[in-house]
Amino acid sequence: MISFVLRRLAGLVPTLFVLVTISFFVIRLAPGSPFDQEQKLSPEVRANLDAAYGLDRPLYVQYMRYIAGVARGDLGPSFRYKDYRVTELIASGLPLSLTIGLAAALLAFLVGVPLGAWAAWRANSLVDHALMGFSLIGVVLPGFVVGPVLALVFGIYWRLFRIAGYEAGDPGFLVLPVVTLALPVMAYVARMTRDSLVDVLQSNFVRTARAKGISPRAVLMRHALRPALIPVVSYLGPAVAFVVTGSLVVESVFGLPGSGRFLVQGAIDRDYPLVMGMILVYGAFTLVCNLIADLVYRWLDPRVRLT
Amino acid sequence: MSARTRIAVAVLVTIAGFALAAPWLTPWAPDALDWQHLASPPGFDAAHWLGTDRLGRDLFARGMQAIRVSIALGVLAALVSVIIGVAWGATAGYIGGRVDALMMRFVDIVYALPYVFIVIILATLFPRGSLAALFIAIGAVGWLTMARIVRGQTLALRQREFIDAAIASGARTSTILWRHIVPNVIGVVIAYATLTIPQLILFESFLSFLGLGVQEPFASLGSLINEGAQEMESSPWMLLVPATLLTVLLVAFNLLGEGLRSARETRRE
Repeated sequence: MISFVLRRLAGLVPTLFVLVTISFFVIRLAPGSPFDQEQKLSPEVRANLDAAYGLDRPLYVQYMRYIAGVARGDLGPSFRYKDYRVTELIASGLPLSLTIGLAAALLAFLVGVPLGAWAAWRANSLVDHALMGFSLIGVVLPGFVVGPVLALVFGIYWRLFRIAGYEAGDPGFLVLPVVTLALPVMAYVARMTRDSLVDVLQSNFVRTARAKGISPRAVLMRHALRPALIPVVSYLGPAVAFVVTGSLVVESVFGLPGSGRFLVQGAIDRDYPLVMGMILVYGAFTLVCNLIADLVYRWLDPRVRLT
Repeated sequence: MSARTRIAVAVLVTIAGFALAAPWLTPWAPDALDWQHLASPPGFDAAHWLGTDRLGRDLFARGMQAIRVSIALGVLAALVSVIIGVAWGATAGYIGGRVDALMMRFVDIVYALPYVFIVIILATLFPRGSLAALFIAIGAVGWLTMARIVRGQTLALRQREFIDAAIASGARTSTILWRHIVPNVIGVVIAYATLTIPQLILFESFLSFLGLGVQEPFASLGSLINEGAQEMESSPWMLLVPATLLTVLLVAFNLLGEGLRSARETRRE
């Protein structure tokens, strides 16, 4: 088991390496430079800036330097936020993004699974149709639609939550962002749970359990739910990755100082090291989430051998 | 066709009809400023059916123009992703072996990344506001799932006797792919492509929401939502109008896609 995990972890390194390499060169293809401003810099100043950040060297030299830096855990200086290292910038926003993301994933599964089970329990009833209708809308609606509308209703009309002027440590600010982020995942989880549970409820071992005289409720809870959750759990990894990266929308809607904004702002500003850093950190995070989901999957379903 | 699919088609046709006919339905151009009616709410006042924004631009005209852009971009980008996806998946599935492993490994790697990154990186590659570039960028992320589906279908098809017959009669690989494999996967591809369109419309709106997509003076539902969200306290319709339009559009496309897919599944059973 441990050797399996270690092997899989080692397998992440080449994937990340490919990711970093591709994005390094692709980003450099983009027109524009980090030092483009309203006012044109004189050629001498420009040359000095380029030299200071090593941008005057051939691209492959820059690439080698970057990889060497990453190997030492240094993601380079930010071009736009003067005197900040990329590592410092990301570290300043990541805890908030992770908090929102993980809370949203938790909420999505804790609410989504029971809702899906309820719909499967009453399959093809009014409850089922209503729940699945809502979940279709939930799956389809993006955060940048849900977020502002929730803010309008709960923040402005009903004044239940504060939506502007974030203060660290006040959980009241985080309720709407977390709900916004959780909704699509929750809806998707509910759909998956329902479909999978409806299938399992028709299988032979469930019929046997029923024939033994176990109450339908106990059959559902004790026998059917666990195998039905296998596909749902395998969605856990992508879901966590989705909510953590999706937090950039929510952060921009609710004005939260997470790390997501660095990706967008960095891309607009051509702040290469910042964008690269974000891709590296979020990419690694996504891959680890997928790995964890794989492990949980294997634990839930012993038929999947550890190969 | 189920009732839901029919409703979805009716809704889509209505929306598309309104979007196309909009220039004749409203006296206002999408970028015309009406200084007498800045930020006025929806109503019959001066024919601003859905109100105006902060600069006095008509929201009906802007919304319909945004839908034209969204649908055109969505359909074109879906086409791009269908072409890449079918070519990639059919080739990998038919040739198999190491080529297949390598090609699908590439798909896996790109798949493992949040699409947000890929779209943002690609969007920064092109000058801001270039619609053609935008749809290439969006189409370039849509093909991954398509490639997987087509590969799976191709793997199954390759075992069939008519492929053996084609090989035995000396057909070239490219002929077999084009004449025998592709026509047999096209049904799945169409069903899936209808599900891709709303995703691509979503990408476009999302990029525009972040300021990386469609640029002024053109409107996108995403950029309208972004502008509306900033004014929602005083003028909620600026948010609610584009948000509703986008919701209806996405739900209708998804219902249509699901309907087509389940119609296929029923037929197979």
